[in-house]
Amino acid sequence: MAKTTKTSCLKEFTKGIIRENPNLVGLLGMCPALATTQEAKNAIGMGLATTFVLLGSNIVISALRRVIPKSVKLPAYIVIIAGFVTLIQFLLHGYLPALYTALGTFLSLITVNCIILGRAEIFACKNNVWRSALDAAGMGIGFTLALFLVGSIRELGGAGTWMGIPLTKGFEIPILTQSPGGFFVLGCVIAIVSKIARKKPPRTIGCQGCPMSETCAASQGGCSK
Amino acid sequence: MSIFSIVLSAILTDNFVLSKFMGCCPFLGVSKKISSSIGMGLAVIFVMLCSTAITYPIHMLVLAPRGLAYLQTMAFILIIAVFVQLVEIILRKMIPPLYRALGVYLPLITTNCAVLGVTILNVDNFSNAPTFLEGYGKALLYAGCAGIGFTLALIIFAGIRTRMENSDIPEFFKGIPATLIAASIVSLSFLAFSGMS
Repeated sequence: MAKTTKTSCLKEFTKGIIRENPNLVGLLGMCPALATTQEAKNAIGMGLATTFVLLGSNIVISALRRVIPKSVKLPAYIVIIAGFVTLIQFLLHGYLPALYTALGTFLSLITVNCIILGRAEIFACKNNVWRSALDAAGMGIGFTLALFLVGSIRELGGAGTWMGIPLTKGFEIPILTQSPGGFFVLGCVIAIVSKIARKKPPRTIGCQGCPMSETCAASQGGCSK
Repeated sequence: MSIFSIVLSAILTDNFVLSKFMGCCPFLGVSKKISSSIGMGLAVIFVMLCSTAITYPIHMLVLAPRGLAYLQTMAFILIIAVFVQLVEIILRKMIPPLYRALGVYLPLITTNCAVLGVTILNVDNFSNAPTFLEGYGKALLYAGCAGIGFTLALIIFAGIRTRMENSDIPEFFKGIPATLIAASIVSLSFLAFSGMS
């Protein structure tokens, strides 16, 4: 994946949506996928907020890739990412206060989302701004779709509504919106996705399963976010 | 919040992994063996306590009085990153046995969302305490108990996973999906502490 110069721009964009979906195939960013998916609406909000940060940080990191010295690469990336997180916090607080309250701490925790640092390490520091932006947009949309899928299942099954519209009232299983339901639905979705993709589900997660475990600056593969 | 309710909620009812979903990656990744989950758990308790010990005063004494509370995320993550590096260096030089036990897990913690999460929750929950010292004490207590809760969940889950190794699961459920469903059942047992709603 390091030498992606030959792939077309369209592929750069679409790979993140299904084939290399960061959440359901790459198994990154599990915490927000579990914590913010009680409702489909919050799931979309979280996905779009992450996409915004991913897009911004990928563009800036790729633009500065020749300026940032190797030895302080990781702290520099973290500061850039945290800057964009602060920006989205301000924007949501100002324009969508309901979503800001619903996401709570997890908005700040976008800073330590594996996907963002992962894309910076794997992609943005080796590719030009345009490609990095496409990559970030694809990955962000893939993440948003994954969250939306899990969120829709949990909301439909657990609360009997979808995006706030009552659809299956009377048949709901409240446990699905609580924490055990989060683990259960995400587990099933990953299993089904790997069944459809006809490949074995990944056996490991975290650093061992993380694509950046080799390059990650925290020597042992410090990507266990 | 009273001291008793802080302890109880941080360890059991609002368990960091199983009901707040923070630190899921180490929870699912480092829970294969009981020994490694104990090491990881101790490292997390240690880092949570120390980073709260630094970030809480910084928020209360430096950021908040100057109206810079919005810099929280950036300041906290930098402090945690620097701090973990520092601890690693100090442990390697000064206490090699402890380094051998915890060292491998330290780099994994830098960007563990449970650590950043606990520092932010502490500021949210305890920043309006009547005196600085009371808030500081409660924040440290909460951080320690959150770490204990994390370790407890990790150890219980590691015990279950070692038993799952040889069970017969449908092919496409093997690996992470089965692990997540097992986590769901463990989380169900912790849900009982807060009562079904």
